[in-house]
Amino acid sequence: MSADIAHSLERNRDAADAATRQRVRRARIVLALGPLTALAGVVWAVLQPWRITLLHPSGQGFWWLVSEPPLYVVLVGVLFRLALAPGIVADLLDEEEGEP
Amino acid sequence: MIVARIQPPAEMVHWWFATGFLVLGLLLLAEAVVGEEVWARRPWRRYLWPGFVFAMGILMFPVMTFFTSSTIHMVAHGTWAQVMLFAGGAELAVARGKLHSPRWRLCSAAALAVSGVAFLVHEQNDWLFSRAAFLHHVLGWTVLVCAVFPLVQAFRPRSTAAALGFAATFLVVAVLLYCDRDTAPIFGHLSYEAGVPHR
Repeated sequence: MSADIAHSLERNRDAADAATRQRVRRARIVLALGPLTALAGVVWAVLQPWRITLLHPSGQGFWWLVSEPPLYVVLVGVLFRLALAPGIVADLLDEEEGEP
Repeated sequence: MIVARIQPPAEMVHWWFATGFLVLGLLLLAEAVVGEEVWARRPWRRYLWPGFVFAMGILMFPVMTFFTSSTIHMVAHGTWAQVMLFAGGAELAVARGKLHSPRWRLCSAAALAVSGVAFLVHEQNDWLFSRAAFLHHVLGWTVLVCAVFPLVQAFRPRSTAAALGFAATFLVVAVLLYCDRDTAPIFGHLSYEAGVPHR
């Protein structure tokens, strides 16, 4: 094998490794979006517990018991992580393997 | 009278829409991170955020009908409903393949710009009148300035910075809407004309 071909193969491998690292980083970001959102909701609930009326339901009307904004944020984060993120990451990694 | 008794307080409607904008922001953020090609690998995913915008536009009409107390307030909510239908419809057509040019993202830019102006025009009070007034001013300027992101995307559709900015716009809008209360002070200020904080 000539030195030129060897260098070319090495460059290609380095480029492929860099692309793989980038995809893995992107996959981690997508997988983290849901938990980070849910964590934001939990932190909000701890900082402003009065916004969760379920913690002190006495005397609250129907709408105040339904409206729990920090729990909405947690719910969105959990649903994103469970329903969307796995498929997105699978497609991202499929692309890496060259599948259509 | 019966409707007034069973309808939720207006602040809750803001929180529900905040949740919708949070979902939108997450969807757009994920799309910006993985890129359009990966995002579009499952056909149903292409319709997610445009469909969400369209649905929120439809839901804004009952808000306009039942939760507005003045003409200018009603016109502003009607305007938001229409621009969400406009932008969502255009993006749905792009997702479906009926429209092809990236310039259709200009509909989203126009929707954000018009929404921002509607916020600023219909808020008649000063910044520190109440929390709602402050949030209207902040929302108006935020949305108006952030219209630059879809504007950039229309001409540079592969711009990651513009895509991230577009996604962040909805996350910021969600946070601001979650902060809304019907009558509440802002930084310790509450005009005596605003009424008594009820909660």
